[in-house]
Amino acid sequence: MEHNTPTTVSEKIPFWRDVRVLRVLFQVVFLFGVILLLAILYRNMLAGLRGLGLTLNLNFLQNEAGFDISEGIPYEPSDTYLKAFWVGILNTLKVSVIGIVCATLLGLLFGIARLSSNWLIRTIAAIYVECFRNVPLLLQILFWYTAVVAQLPRVRESISLFDGAFINNRGIYLPAPEPTSGLKIWLWFLGAGLILAVILYIVRWRKLEQLDRPGFRAKWALPAFLIVAFCGWFLTPGSPFTLDFPVLQGFNFTGGFSFSPEFSALLIGLSMYTGAFIAEVVRSGIQAVVKGQREAARAVGLKEGQMLRLVVLPQAVPIIVPPLTSQYLNLAKNSSLAVAIGFPELVHVGSTMMNQTGQAIPVFAMVMVSYLIMSLTTSAAMNWYNRRINWLNR
Amino acid sequence: MRKYLFQTAALVLAISLVTPLIANSQESILDKVKERGRLVCGVNKELPGFGFLNQDGQWQGFDVDYGRAIAAAVLGDPNKVEFRPLKAPDRFPALQTGEIDVLIRNTTWTLTRDTDLGADFAPPTFYDGQGFMLRKDLGITSLKELAGATVGVTAGSTTELNLADTTRALGIEVESIVFEETETLYQSYDQGRCDVVTSDKSQLVSRRQSLKNPDDHIILDITISKEPLGPVTVHGDNKWNDVVSWVVYATFFAEEHGITQANVNTFETENPEIKRFLGESGDIGAKLGLSKDWARQAIAAVGNYGEIFERNLTPLGLPRGVNKPWTQGGLLYAIPFR
Repeated sequence: MEHNTPTTVSEKIPFWRDVRVLRVLFQVVFLFGVILLLAILYRNMLAGLRGLGLTLNLNFLQNEAGFDISEGIPYEPSDTYLKAFWVGILNTLKVSVIGIVCATLLGLLFGIARLSSNWLIRTIAAIYVECFRNVPLLLQILFWYTAVVAQLPRVRESISLFDGAFINNRGIYLPAPEPTSGLKIWLWFLGAGLILAVILYIVRWRKLEQLDRPGFRAKWALPAFLIVAFCGWFLTPGSPFTLDFPVLQGFNFTGGFSFSPEFSALLIGLSMYTGAFIAEVVRSGIQAVVKGQREAARAVGLKEGQMLRLVVLPQAVPIIVPPLTSQYLNLAKNSSLAVAIGFPELVHVGSTMMNQTGQAIPVFAMVMVSYLIMSLTTSAAMNWYNRRINWLNR
Repeated sequence: MRKYLFQTAALVLAISLVTPLIANSQESILDKVKERGRLVCGVNKELPGFGFLNQDGQWQGFDVDYGRAIAAAVLGDPNKVEFRPLKAPDRFPALQTGEIDVLIRNTTWTLTRDTDLGADFAPPTFYDGQGFMLRKDLGITSLKELAGATVGVTAGSTTELNLADTTRALGIEVESIVFEETETLYQSYDQGRCDVVTSDKSQLVSRRQSLKNPDDHIILDITISKEPLGPVTVHGDNKWNDVVSWVVYATFFAEEHGITQANVNTFETENPEIKRFLGESGDIGAKLGLSKDWARQAIAAVGNYGEIFERNLTPLGLPRGVNKPWTQGGLLYAIPFR
């Protein structure tokens, strides 16, 4: 009886009743089951494709695409499907990046406006947020496209701004800066200005540290840089840039810089919609900073601006960043709604490719992987930023 | 323990649900349609004359009538058909995945589609060609003059590819805007977003009626491609493709011999081929896996080719052109019913 200690008892338990073994065993069985299920689905897919006389491969990407894409980097119908796909990716990135910047600005503006003590500003911000947040994005994009942008005058009746910019239902045409030979000289001025600015920035920073006072570190550097750049512009023989004006030639305006109606409608739709969500994120972040912090800031004599910059925002930003990341990801993914209005982004190009080649599964997979890479990169960048600001706070 | 048991049971259930999918794929769509008692037909919903919902909420059109003819031939009732509206880029995936039994949506027969897209084509029911529509006041008569123009086109169509080919051959540059919805394309054209719209001529004729001022627009007297439009079935199901093909031939045959919707049930003849066609002798129906009177049912439902054409396309102002029986110098030629 004396050798009947707990350890010897556990030795006697058969393995099929040992919880530690069973725990591992069931996980292995479950994993095996999942793999089996995936294998069956894959086999099923292959069998289905064989029945249709289709094969799975990516060779078609090297073939001539044959269809045209209305905007993006230079591309010809004689280029490959791979190039066409790349044009789609870049168009998605373009609208996503510009959209994220615009949505963030709108969100910040309206988020802060919602907390304003002015009744009118507060109400306007609330109306904006509630209207744009609660209507489906697809409807909003179609609204901007068919009810706003398409209702602009026709090409020949374009709205002209200072005879240089034109607005019509085929887009917004702006003069584009064209570099001249003088650009090189001006770049030297810019370089000199930048060095000067860095020196002044460091000097000012050291001085503030010595005085142990909060202040605007770029207070000297920024004006110095602007003055050098400005003087350089006029000292440069000729001008560093000339303006390329859009001109009505035949059917359309040529030259200059232009936004297509599809791009404009999509950008406005995405920015306004996501901006409304970001406004709420910003508002909740600011409101999450306890009232006592603000009162304490006032008590030590900080001005309103200083209070916001030095006390409230450093505590609000870490709260804002994680939900903001989700909004950025949503914006990028929502850009796929552009198929409804014919902006050639990733899904639009992908669906044309699918239709012309019949390679639905590889193209779908490529589109999914592209979105995954874009989203994971955005998340990683935002997480890095989040860690950095949180580290500074500790 | 109970939790694990549940997970294992769920897994086994999932596997057993998936496995039949593999075994089932050998059955012909013909048997499936008969079993279901209903034909599922993919059509266009935005093309008056070919496929659209009329004011009474009824499906109407040339392609729709062919769907009814197949339902009548297979199931003996032209109303046992469900129409699924499809956008151009969705039609082949819908066919490949078996969501629809037959695709009758002004679809052009091409080599790539026949091979790479997992599609099998039945004989063309409408021989079309690609054309251009633009505003009359532009005063344009040739394609060369279109350099620099903005051209609207539908996504996932042969027209999209033909446009790129043609402009390259002519050495002109156009800006093409690709829309997924036919509706958005013509709306944008009407609003002046594009100068020109290019598509099958039949579509241009059909959609011109719904523009704000149809008389302001002309269709150029230029055809840049051949567009044989016809029903499509999934690749590899020969039995089903035979049925669809022979329903099409039946409408050609009926017109060749003056058999109409009105007289098909009372048609008196001593011609042995017509007798076989009407199911009065022989067993051509059984060879196709259909009833004896399949062709009679199809013609009684929608009439012969000429009647289908006149009911749907003549009101749009579309001439018969080459879409006439071969006996009148057209391209419609029924294979012998023997």
